[in-house]
Amino acid sequence: MPSFAKRAAAAAALVVAIVVANAMLSEEGLFGFGVPRYWAHVLMLAGVNVILAVSLNLINGFTGQFSIGHAGFMAIGAYSSAYLTVYHAQAWERSLGGAVGETAAGVVVFLLAILVGAVVSGLAGLVVGVPSLRLRGDYLAIVTLGFAEIIRIVILNMDVVGGATGFTVPGETNFLWVGSFAVITILVVHNIVRSDTGRALISIREDELAAEAMGINSTRYKVLSFVIGSMFAGIAGALFGHYTKFLSTNDFTFLRSFEIIIMIVLGGMGSITGSVLGAVVITILPEFLRQLPAVGGYNLADLRLVIYSALLILIMLTRPQGVLGEREFGFNWLRRAQKRPEGDEAVGAGGGVPIDERPARTVANEAGGDAAGGGEKR
Amino acid sequence: MKRTLITLVTLALLLSTLACERRGGGGGGGDDTGPIKVGIYGDLSGQTSSFGQSTKNGAVMAIDEINAAGGINGRKVEYVMEDDQGQPAQAATVVTKLINQDRVHAVLGEVASTNSLAAAPKAQEAKVPMITPSSTNPKVTQVGDYIFRVCFTDDFQGAVAAKFASNTLKAKKAAILGDFNSDYSKGMSQYFVQEFTAAGGQIVERQTYTQTDADFKGQLTAIRAAAPDVIFVPGYYGQVGVIAKQAKELGITAPLLGGDGWDAPQLWDLGGAALNGAYMVNHYSVDDPSPAVQKFVAAYKAKYGGTAPDAIAALGYDAMNVLADAIRRAGTTESAKLRDAIAQTKNFAGVTGAISINESRDAVKPAVVFELRDRKFVYKETIQPPGAPATAAASPGASPAAPASSPAVMPSNTAAGAEGGAAGSSANANAAGASGGAAGNTNR
Amino acid sequence: MDTFVQQLINGLTVGSIYALIALGYTMVYGILRLINFAHGDVYMIGAFAGFFLAHGLGFAAEPSVVGLGVTLVGSMAVAAVIGMAIERFAYRPVRKYARMTTLITAIGVSLLIENLGVVIFGNAPRAFPGLMENQTYPLFGNAAISKTQLLIFGVSVALMLLLQWIIYHTKVGTAMRAVSFNLNSAKLMGINTDAIIVFTFALGSALAAAGGVLTAQYNPTIYPLMGIITGLKAFVAAVLGGIGNIPGAVLGGLLIGAAETLVVGYGQVVGIPSTYRDAVAFAILILVLLFRPAGLLGTTVQEKV
Repeated sequence: MPSFAKRAAAAAALVVAIVVANAMLSEEGLFGFGVPRYWAHVLMLAGVNVILAVSLNLINGFTGQFSIGHAGFMAIGAYSSAYLTVYHAQAWERSLGGAVGETAAGVVVFLLAILVGAVVSGLAGLVVGVPSLRLRGDYLAIVTLGFAEIIRIVILNMDVVGGATGFTVPGETNFLWVGSFAVITILVVHNIVRSDTGRALISIREDELAAEAMGINSTRYKVLSFVIGSMFAGIAGALFGHYTKFLSTNDFTFLRSFEIIIMIVLGGMGSITGSVLGAVVITILPEFLRQLPAVGGYNLADLRLVIYSALLILIMLTRPQGVLGEREFGFNWLRRAQKRPEGDEAVGAGGGVPIDERPARTVANEAGGDAAGGGEKR
Repeated sequence: MKRTLITLVTLALLLSTLACERRGGGGGGGDDTGPIKVGIYGDLSGQTSSFGQSTKNGAVMAIDEINAAGGINGRKVEYVMEDDQGQPAQAATVVTKLINQDRVHAVLGEVASTNSLAAAPKAQEAKVPMITPSSTNPKVTQVGDYIFRVCFTDDFQGAVAAKFASNTLKAKKAAILGDFNSDYSKGMSQYFVQEFTAAGGQIVERQTYTQTDADFKGQLTAIRAAAPDVIFVPGYYGQVGVIAKQAKELGITAPLLGGDGWDAPQLWDLGGAALNGAYMVNHYSVDDPSPAVQKFVAAYKAKYGGTAPDAIAALGYDAMNVLADAIRRAGTTESAKLRDAIAQTKNFAGVTGAISINESRDAVKPAVVFELRDRKFVYKETIQPPGAPATAAASPGASPAAPASSPAVMPSNTAAGAEGGAAGSSANANAAGASGGAAGNTNR
Repeated sequence: MDTFVQQLINGLTVGSIYALIALGYTMVYGILRLINFAHGDVYMIGAFAGFFLAHGLGFAAEPSVVGLGVTLVGSMAVAAVIGMAIERFAYRPVRKYARMTTLITAIGVSLLIENLGVVIFGNAPRAFPGLMENQTYPLFGNAAISKTQLLIFGVSVALMLLLQWIIYHTKVGTAMRAVSFNLNSAKLMGINTDAIIVFTFALGSALAAAGGVLTAQYNPTIYPLMGIITGLKAFVAAVLGGIGNIPGAVLGGLLIGAAETLVVGYGQVVGIPSTYRDAVAFAILILVLLFRPAGLLGTTVQEKV
């Protein structure tokens, strides 16, 4: 285990980095040096996307469940926290403010709103997860998509949160919030993955039936990862809403879910740092494209979605495990903690052969249903 | 190791585009020399692309005219047009970009109120004046003191429709088929209901649809069962055309009535002959014989290959000219002074009528009602905003002066004669309405 | 009563379209156990192909039965080709990979087609030309059926019967059934499974395209993203009927269409606004998967370890 001193130093460095970044992104800048507002905007979005990607990776990458409705949970978190800040925050801040001072009161209330968003999303994850996680991959995908759409349509019909008009929300988020929660998300997911629970999740991903045979209650663990994932999605949604200051259900369509998916696919579905990488790249990509000269009359930024989908297909065809596969990329102590004894090398993706391509499972192809055997009668 | 390197390099490259940007705070450019930059945003490629295109055409024509005349205070006008694809989130993003990256002095847009509502906070926060040419939902200008509009608001437009329905169409029962996702549609429905029921009418059925609906027969059948005298459809042209068609197929004979959201050439492509006998409320009439309007129409046709300007284009033109006029008066593009100058616009002669900005940053203008027939908009009548005072001098068009007191409804005339007479009096009433508007308008 | 009948007619019309598209989903799933996410977009391609054919060949100017027929067959052909291309270049290479990979690829293809459509055609809705004079035939009371609705019913039924004949009375059909039963065994029996798969895709795509052209007669607005929601609902229909089951797909389609329209028409009475229309399909999906995952006409399969 890396020494306490090393870890403390890393933590301190992180805190300083976030504070500095926050200062630079704000109006006044740090000693007059700021980051241009537009790029500050991109960084904030990147932070939110990191939370989304890492949380989805817990469900899709580590537990192997194909959820494509993540935007629904993000929406729930956004709207429920917004409901609080719009309708109740001022009253609470006033009563608290007397006791602890205004800024602290504001912080507490916002934190409360975020947590409420997380809890409500988590509950939604429970409601969605329990019935759906009994289903196989393809069906689960469609069901999660369906639930996300239902959530969106229900919110759309709720006039108390603006309905179709959109919901104006006070601006509370700054990089301190986003940065901190991003780090928290990464740490939490990282710790889960390295724990016994994480091993259970990974075993479910690898072979659910075998895991069950080993005594792991797969439904329980699947629901657990689903709920945790959706909680963080809720947090991301809350942060997002209070940053853009305007919530519209158009921001939470399945296009958003797909964007998150491509982030984790690009980065590697079993890798946390991969998700961070994917999130950052996909967030910056449209801006990067905007800077490039137009090609053949088409502004590349408008082709963004075409590029994403083509990229997705390309990755699937050539390197389905994404950039980092299942490996983490980080400081030495991280890697050392990840390292497994020699014999396990082939089990992890480190061997360079993508898990999907390993020849071990030809006849049955994959667990539970396949093109090869067990046909259904017409 | 190689993979790590590749990752790092890619990330570094991407992030370097970040570092390459200038540093310093955001907001519009401060100096008063150099070109005046105007940002225009609108739907150029989405479901309501006709709106964005028309706004652009109108505004750009104004800009070209201004530049040809030497610019404003000696400064040329440049514009940056951004496409928001009709999505509110995109609207907010592109306005942010216009303000921070392109450093525009002012922003023009949008047409759909939902999109304006999403973008306005960004402009307000950055203290960059925003003029919406055609967003009619009252909430838009409530966002802040940097947000203005040059058209009437839905509380007026919805009421106009209701008045027309009860007074002219003599309808006692109305049904509403609204666009669920649109602020504009919701606002219009709300105000229509208010006014129609106040006039003694009854709303017999309310239905809604979403813009992605392929089929409206479910809603229309329910409406048909309620047997209304008129059906209010305050939506956008993309769906209204189909609604008209499907209504005819179901044998519905009650006329359809709508607002400025109908105004696009594609309306006829989608609805065809089914639209005959429908009515709509709009901002101006392309057949208005007043010289200013006809000059504009001719110039627009010449510039844009024979297409006649719709109300959206006319409003885009007016919005740009109001902005230019304000810059001229302020003598600067400094944001606070520019804002004040815009707020002080009084009796500006726009092609859509006299524009005066009142204390809610709205313009008070009359509305025109048309009947749709054979791909043409046939003028029916003009309706004044409330609070129109006693008449001003009669206009050269020589017509009966507008009756003073309460919201006046001009008697509808037969087609040909009406255009000349009523249009003349509408110009007359514009002046009356405008000066009264500043004092009396409390509509939200 | 006449309103109810009218709503039913409206619903079944929409349902027939869902049925046509659902057939494609169900056939591909039966053979490959793959949810072809891009199928909804093939429906869109069919509509656009029809649009350009109708304008290009001059049928738009003069509605005629011949024009309608040629447009229909033409767009079906175009869609079949595109369906085959999708299979060949996107699905075949990933067929041997893990399920999730193929699923993601399918999503990718779907997004690619949609956004290419937006880039090439623009998202502004276009008006599909009416290829047939429309007329309304009153039934009783206020209920009426339009010629377009009859057309949709007629063509759908005809195509479904054609499909039925192909599957149960031709060699190819028998081969399709064999492949859906057990791919490897079919291979062992000498069936060229790749060719059969290609044929299935072509067939499904053609049906979807027919659905696209027919819808466009009913509601002339076409735009590149029109396939998303319709495709999803058609998929729900396939699942409802029992995925892999052909009569099930038809039944599912009609049921979804009817349910949706009835909710829109009568939902106010029970407090469901008509904008929950799309949610109806998803709600049905979730209920089906929870209580009867095999679908109405499907058979439950025991999973062997």
